Amino acid sequence: MIPGSFSYHRPASVSDAVKLLASLGEDARPLAGGHSLVPMMKLRLAAPTHLVDLHGVAGLRGLRRDGNAIVIGAMTTQHELLASDEIAKALPILHETALLIADPQVRYRGTIGGNVANGDPGNDLPALMMVLGATYRLEGPSGARDVAAAEFYQGAYFTALEPGEILTSVTIPVPPSGHGYAYEKLKRKVGDYATAAAAVVLTMAGGKVASCTIGLTNLHETPLLAAEASQVVIGTALDAAALKQAAAAAQAIMAPAADARGPVEYRKHVGGIMVMRALERAKSRLA
Amino acid sequence: MAKTHVTMKVNGAEVEGLVEPRTLLVHFIRENLALTGTHIGCETTHCGACTVDLDGMSVKSCTVFAVQAEGSDITTIEGMANADGSLSALQEGFRMMHGLQCGFCTPGMILRAHRLLKENPSPTEAEIRMGISGNICRCTGYQNIVKAIQYASAKISGVEYKEAAE
Repeated sequence: MIPGSFSYHRPASVSDAVKLLASLGEDARPLAGGHSLVPMMKLRLAAPTHLVDLHGVAGLRGLRRDGNAIVIGAMTTQHELLASDEIAKALPILHETALLIADPQVRYRGTIGGNVANGDPGNDLPALMMVLGATYRLEGPSGARDVAAAEFYQGAYFTALEPGEILTSVTIPVPPSGHGYAYEKLKRKVGDYATAAAAVVLTMAGGKVASCTIGLTNLHETPLLAAEASQVVIGTALDAAALKQAAAAAQAIMAPAADARGPVEYRKHVGGIMVMRALERAKSRLA
Repeated sequence: MAKTHVTMKVNGAEVEGLVEPRTLLVHFIRENLALTGTHIGCETTHCGACTVDLDGMSVKSCTVFAVQAEGSDITTIEGMANADGSLSALQEGFRMMHGLQCGFCTPGMILRAHRLLKENPSPTEAEIRMGISGNICRCTGYQNIVKAIQYASAKISGVEYKEAAE
């Protein structure tokens, strides 16, 4: 399996990358880790005539604390996220989720920017970014802008990115210390996309849920925030009845595709279970 | 399509070649360099047979373009033996513990285990299994591959390998 022919470009700066993408037009694609795009190119399901490799662009790699947020460069790999003590401490759910992406070799190449910008409903980080209230920095021919993760996803592989724009960093507000969190992912095997997955971040006060955000992966053509499901657990002690209500409210907005991972009914069924498990495990982790 | 000149270090030797941008690193290694120890299994980034070490990372060389490896430092199975030609601890482990049957996955397994042990010289069994989860073996059931890596880990640490009771 050999991809179609293309021209290879390796710009050294964001502005050069943006200029290239703008001038080369729609047949050009940015190349981050390449572990979604290159397999698609080998299957000839993607045939860009120009690849703009972002590996040579200075300043797109690494992460830093900025006040009460963590700013992560788009080309930071999942392996680097997993190696970061800062992430493990401040954003443990990101550590947990990154460990469930693909396999070790893929995580050495796969990037946070590629994972969130590709618009693949199977990717794990988009729903998590929505739960965490992350924003994406997009840079293009007419300058830079910030778009909330919750506003970014429009359809399968359709995002707020305009032609010529690239996602350069992700800013994630740090959740309150002692928060409960869990990413529950059902998959057929290591390396698979989720059959269904749920991300939960919550806090409790006096034995009742004070705040809760629930996100869903691969249960719709875009990642989802399950706002209604979050609402029904607030003020409860997360007893069995509350868990069931949350699962039902989340299932009401799920519209997964029927594919090799199972028929629609099955995926919604296990989607509800992921929500309940994530809520329970998040609660058990409250400090 | 115009060809691009690439240079990189493979198993300690400077190598160069002319490649199309679409040439995959695994094809460059096997066809231009005639190093056929790196195998092509699934070609879809799943099986790990084509794993090589690239600048301190285990990568699936079927999913990296040769042009992207410009200036990099690569190790393949041909570079795994000790300098005097004797088997490295990992190679010896696979031999002593019967860590292979057909052998097709072995070069990728050894290269992946090589990086795993560099990062974590004394992994637990669970860490080994997670560490090689991107490599598929259809013969062994993994049991003896895990033992082979435990053998190498013990040998590198200078202790005698004792098999856990089953």
